[in-house]
Amino acid sequence: MSERREPLLHVENLKQHFRISRKYTTKAVDGISFDIYEGETYGLVGESGSGKSTTGRSIIRLYEPTDGKIIFDGHDISGKLSREDEKYLRTNMQMIFQDPMACLNPRKKVSQIIAEGLEIHHICNSREEINAKVDEVLDRVGLSKEQGTRFPHQFSGGQRQRVGIARALVMNPKLVIADECISALDVSIQAQVVNLMKDIQDDMGTTYLFIAHDLSMVKYISNRIGVMHLGHIVETGTTDEIFENPIHPYTKSLLSAIPHPNPIVEKQRKALTYNKEEEGVIYEAGHEHILSETHRVLATDEEFTKWNNN
Amino acid sequence: MEEKVKRNKNDRVLYIRDLNISFHTAYGTVRAIRGVRLDLFKGETIAIVGESGSGKSVTVKTIMGILDSNGVIDSGQIIYKYEDEKGEKHEVDLVKLPQKEIRYQFCGKHIAMVFQDPMTSLDPTMTVGKQIMEPMREHYHISYHEAKERTIELLTEVGIDNPDKRFKQYPHELSGGMRQRVVIAIALACDPDVLICDEPTTALDVTIQAKILELIKDIQNKKGLSVIYITHDLGVVAKVADYVAVMYAGRIVEKGKINEVFYDPRHPYTWGLLSSMPDIDTDSRRLFAIPGSPPNLMERVEGDAFAPRNPFALNIDYTEEPPMYDVGGQHRVASWLCDPRAPKVDMPEDLKVRIEKMKKEAELYE
Repeated sequence: MSERREPLLHVENLKQHFRISRKYTTKAVDGISFDIYEGETYGLVGESGSGKSTTGRSIIRLYEPTDGKIIFDGHDISGKLSREDEKYLRTNMQMIFQDPMACLNPRKKVSQIIAEGLEIHHICNSREEINAKVDEVLDRVGLSKEQGTRFPHQFSGGQRQRVGIARALVMNPKLVIADECISALDVSIQAQVVNLMKDIQDDMGTTYLFIAHDLSMVKYISNRIGVMHLGHIVETGTTDEIFENPIHPYTKSLLSAIPHPNPIVEKQRKALTYNKEEEGVIYEAGHEHILSETHRVLATDEEFTKWNNN
Repeated sequence: MEEKVKRNKNDRVLYIRDLNISFHTAYGTVRAIRGVRLDLFKGETIAIVGESGSGKSVTVKTIMGILDSNGVIDSGQIIYKYEDEKGEKHEVDLVKLPQKEIRYQFCGKHIAMVFQDPMTSLDPTMTVGKQIMEPMREHYHISYHEAKERTIELLTEVGIDNPDKRFKQYPHELSGGMRQRVVIAIALACDPDVLICDEPTTALDVTIQAKILELIKDIQNKKGLSVIYITHDLGVVAKVADYVAVMYAGRIVEKGKINEVFYDPRHPYTWGLLSSMPDIDTDSRRLFAIPGSPPNLMERVEGDAFAPRNPFALNIDYTEEPPMYDVGGQHRVASWLCDPRAPKVDMPEDLKVRIEKMKKEAELYE
């Protein structure tokens, strides 16, 4: 990936706060910045509650971001959206959700579900054109034309997720946000879906924002990874940098928590733990330390020297 | 590594023989379990691995007596051996007992279960303390104060700090990992001999998963529990299990000591499962995926159920079901490839490389 190009998505100091009561506000995302370049996959990982899904939802404007700037392909999509910007966003950015059963309308046939976006945005001129597009995309994700006439409940979990992918792809989007799209699937089916997403990227040049908590799968699909914890990106870098040379203790604990399928090793290995309070880390006090052009860590100066020496 | 469990016939806690279960649905009969045979020994951890729909949950639900009402046990035995309070030894066949009887006599007291999603297995309207006390009060008829003392002890044991405060809290006030700890405390409340964990960590994220697995292991070592894990994550299996059974379409296709199955897998399905695990050490850009999807058990399975997805399938795989072959040690495989008459088929090259690497890594630890 050449880093010199204009990013497809530029996120700067994004904040998403939820006001729970007069006294208490949840700061789900608290000032994060990252860039995604065209044709690459950016993986966002972290434990539940770290704000990774909220980030995805804020970018696609399912929420109103509290503060910050989001530039998508030259269009400013933060703040109030103009009519053209909204149309541009809705047609060029798509999302794949976690639970494939919950996100498909059970009363509609699969082909109707996939065609919905095309109809709403008046992209095609005739019914035939819509049908042709739907058939093409079904074929793309490995489903047959006949399966388009079925209902979601008649499919297995892996096939339903393919329908979810088809629905996102039919709009021919520039960016797809995949929010934990494989966590609900079996291991062998996960591999099928990840391979499918990669094939599509190779053929169509789609860009992904891949949100997951499972670092081992993220490794297979991502070019660059951002590690999130409690609303902050604590470390970001290329996949190799994160896996070969993790600096932040949270990244290290995430990496060590991945179980290896090797019984003798796994039985004796203990996972590293990370506790923000015990370590006395304050994210607000830290600033970005640049290790290389792509590798950055959020830390104060003392923390940075300490972690670097370990 | 020295063996923790000897698998001596006299130390069996639970054994299943030729279990066949089918479900009657509006669309026909589903043969969910087809001839399962399994032993569980004292202090041992076994893992049942398989995709969704392979029948692993149905097997343990039968042990607990919570099979769905349209399920029928066609044949088979589940023998459970236990000692009662007076120290007398008993042996019962759980299949012959009515489900209600199993639930009153054995569930919670002798055999306990930890379910997948801690939010749905806890009662949202009851405090945590009350839920942990419930089984003790029900089975042992002890006083409130005694039960409360024991509950606080249990909460400390499962690693919840501030147990006095947590005792009065409701499930929604706790995080996912904490909730699962509470569920484990409930399961341990009556000192069971057998603990069944049905995907205990799938709803949790990786960092918490490691902690919960280590917790279950510690408790097991302290109390000499026998544990049955159900999971589809081979990484989890490698971490906790002594013995593995791989299930496919209602049958056990391969079983053996964990090292036998992981370092010398013989069944093509096990090859597929091991290859499709993402490996953080390899640089390969593509993941292996088993083609196709599991069979529909509504239809009668002819021959080996895995044959249509198996690139190594022989002609006989499509017509006749393979028997269990003894391939040495505790290792048993249901595949025609293990027949002496079968052509010699080696495991895929990628997997071979990976296993070699695993062995080398393991030597460093020994």
